[in-house]
Amino acid sequence: MEFSDFLWMTCGIFLTLATFSFLYKDNPFYKFAEHLVVGVSAGFFVVVLWHGTLVPNLFQKLEDGDWYMLWLNSSEWWYIIPALLGVLMWTRFSKEYSWVSRWPMGLYIGISTGIAIPLEMSNRVNKQLHAMMIEIDWANFFGGNILSTTSGFAQLLIFVGAIAALIYFFFSKEHKGLFGGVATFGIWILMIGFGASFGYTVMARVSLFINRMQDTKDWGIAAFNNAEVVNPHYGAQYQIVFWLLVLFVVGYIINEIVSHLKSKQV
Amino acid sequence: MKRQLPFLLVFIFGAFMTIQYYVPHESSEFVYTFLLDWTMIIGIFALALGIWSLYHVSVDKIQHKKENWIYSYVTLFGLFIMVVFGFSYKVGDSWGMYPLFVIALMALLYCLIHASISRSKGFWLGLSGAALAVSFGVAFFDDSWKLAFMTSEGLKNTMFTNFADFVLTPILATMFALLAFFIASAAYRAFRARNVLASLLLIAAIIVMLRFNPYMPFGLPELVAETSSWLMNVPNLAAQRAIVIGIGLGIVATSLKVILGIERGYMGKG
Repeated sequence: MEFSDFLWMTCGIFLTLATFSFLYKDNPFYKFAEHLVVGVSAGFFVVVLWHGTLVPNLFQKLEDGDWYMLWLNSSEWWYIIPALLGVLMWTRFSKEYSWVSRWPMGLYIGISTGIAIPLEMSNRVNKQLHAMMIEIDWANFFGGNILSTTSGFAQLLIFVGAIAALIYFFFSKEHKGLFGGVATFGIWILMIGFGASFGYTVMARVSLFINRMQDTKDWGIAAFNNAEVVNPHYGAQYQIVFWLLVLFVVGYIINEIVSHLKSKQV
Repeated sequence: MKRQLPFLLVFIFGAFMTIQYYVPHESSEFVYTFLLDWTMIIGIFALALGIWSLYHVSVDKIQHKKENWIYSYVTLFGLFIMVVFGFSYKVGDSWGMYPLFVIALMALLYCLIHASISRSKGFWLGLSGAALAVSFGVAFFDDSWKLAFMTSEGLKNTMFTNFADFVLTPILATMFALLAFFIASAAYRAFRARNVLASLLLIAAIIVMLRFNPYMPFGLPELVAETSSWLMNVPNLAAQRAIVIGIGLGIVATSLKVILGIERGYMGKG
């Protein structure tokens, strides 16, 4: 690992520790990391969207035209229209002409909502309903194991559970009698589903935490040229950077303890 | 003109895009792709509004010295430096005078911020002009790197990728990892087995979490893994299916309300 790569890695570790420091309390290092990520991610998306969307969908379509002709001599000159509409969006900055920005907004919202209706019906509603309408495997009802996910019992539970959960969200009829009973079963299914999703989310976050700790460990290994990351250009500067960051963190902790003790004495 | 035309546009394009989905003809698919390109282009131009808003809010915080105003510089420099790196790339073996170019542009940003908040605008604008001249001069005379707006070489700029890999990724990953701790404390309040529903939630969550625990006693891992898989694939699937159907119907209903002009909040006031 080159020293410059090690410095970048140290930067990542510093920002990791700065972000984790929020577990103790809101502090200047966390605020620095928090504000930095806002700016850097905004800049990142500007660049990615420019190169990935604007260039292929607009500039490349108009590239055979001439700027002094306002690209009207381009073979796909009609792509100037959305660009002009996009520019009209900027009239939002003006108090007097901000109403003009409603035209591109209207077009954008019209197209987006128009696309959403059939796509949502197809991708979310119809496909889910289609997946529900399967023939129950009565011959193999328990599949030799109550916990089988392909048995007839599982299929029936998925079908009945989904219907019951939908009934729970139906508020036009009072949840009483048989209807109320089905709705209660629906909320049970929903709670089990929420619990399972919650557990899964927690474990995903824990795996991210493990990943950050792993990175910190790799950084330590790289600093001391351990066998796992052999470095032919290894020198004392790696350890100096390592100990500087460690000293910095320890110094901050000691400073916090001292100021805490002082505030208690007062 | 101010309100009726936008509503008319929403209705015409909304109804058209809904109907075209069911028309199996080449021309219909062409119009669909064509208008989709339009929305992407308009959307990108709208991004400039967001960036301007971020700049404006940050400068306002600096001007009025609001709480944590000093960190607004960090946001603005972070934004600007990523944009600079994303539109430039190395040609030769060394970066040449590229650091000077970046420093000059950062100085330009600093001067522009102060030109918009300071009383001595002329002074800061003059300095901005000087910084701009330096950056132009370096860009013109230095051949070891180039600016690229129409090609995507900037995305491969090592400074850009290093900022993404060693600044953006660690902070975002750590922020998500932080949530594990906050979720745990929230779970303590939510999971107390006060009734049947809370108990169901608690048991399901514990079983799914235990699945990934390598320190379980002999024989338990298989049973826990099987139960966890069943919970994820049977009751959870039923619940998710109901939720997804509900979301889909909700989006369709809201879209219809927008197209028919019943929901008009997106147009704002005036």
